[in-house]
Amino acid sequence: MSWGSWADFFAMGGYALYVWGSYAVTAGLIALEVIMLILRRRNALKAASGPAAGAKP
Amino acid sequence: MSQPTLVIGSINWFRYASPQAFYPLAGAMIPWFAWAAAALCVAGLYTGFFVAPTDHQQGEAYRIIFIHVPAAWMSMFIYVVMAFWAGVGLVFNTRLSHMMATALAPTGALFTFLALWTGSLWGKPTWGTWWVWDARLTSELILLFLYFGFMALQAAIDEPRRADRAGAVLALVGVVNIPIIYFSVQWWNTLHQGASVSLTSAPTMAATMLAGMLLMALAAWMYSIAAALHRVRSIILERERGADWVAEYRQAGKP
Repeated sequence: MSWGSWADFFAMGGYALYVWGSYAVTAGLIALEVIMLILRRRNALKAASGPAAGAKP
Repeated sequence: MSQPTLVIGSINWFRYASPQAFYPLAGAMIPWFAWAAAALCVAGLYTGFFVAPTDHQQGEAYRIIFIHVPAAWMSMFIYVVMAFWAGVGLVFNTRLSHMMATALAPTGALFTFLALWTGSLWGKPTWGTWWVWDARLTSELILLFLYFGFMALQAAIDEPRRADRAGAVLALVGVVNIPIIYFSVQWWNTLHQGASVSLTSAPTMAATMLAGMLLMALAAWMYSIAAALHRVRSIILERERGADWVAEYRQAGKP
């Protein structure tokens, strides 16, 4: 364990901007992809069971 | 058209080459890969932040490695898998192979962007610059454009079969970039360091650092598989929405 306190942990030895900038953008973009995956599936399901079902794709 | 058969161990593997058969199979696999990704990510982050020691040269800045290296590996690996399915689709004219290639592209682009982004944030404190036009960084940027080009090309062509084939040719041509990325640090003089993990030599980092990196890499694998399977199910629904089996599936209230 390298950290004496939570403040130590968040400071990342002075590299907070770089380390947390990496982790925050990664978490944000993965969350965005998950949301887009869910929305795409919802739309695909809607289209598949809507009036277009049975019609030529 | 007669169905080709490939029977290994009493299972006809071509059965799952049909979107109709693959759709429920993919649906059953997604939760396993998603939970594995979450568990490995928690283990990897714990190891990376609370077990792995401070690097004596780079201080805490090195902890970017736990995202950067897995993202860079996935960016290249997903491209190879994407090109593989595109090639299979061209040769055997199987729709599902093309759908798989299409489903992989956004996740591959995501990891490519993350590799570049985290690399930039790592480069600033260690090299003193956000970006440099050296072989490794430039070829990785080209990889991002290849993913974007693949997606844009497929989106620009209305007829799915033609979009599949055009995308597949682009994906296959772009494969030449992968060895260029991988070996760029050996072929050219670059700021980027060489491989920190190889099969032929002992790792140059502490065992706990390596463990954290490998756990995060496994998490990225599991996540990519779950995301691609999830996306391919949506693509199957989008393309087959007129098919009888989709209507039956929906009427039966199955997911």
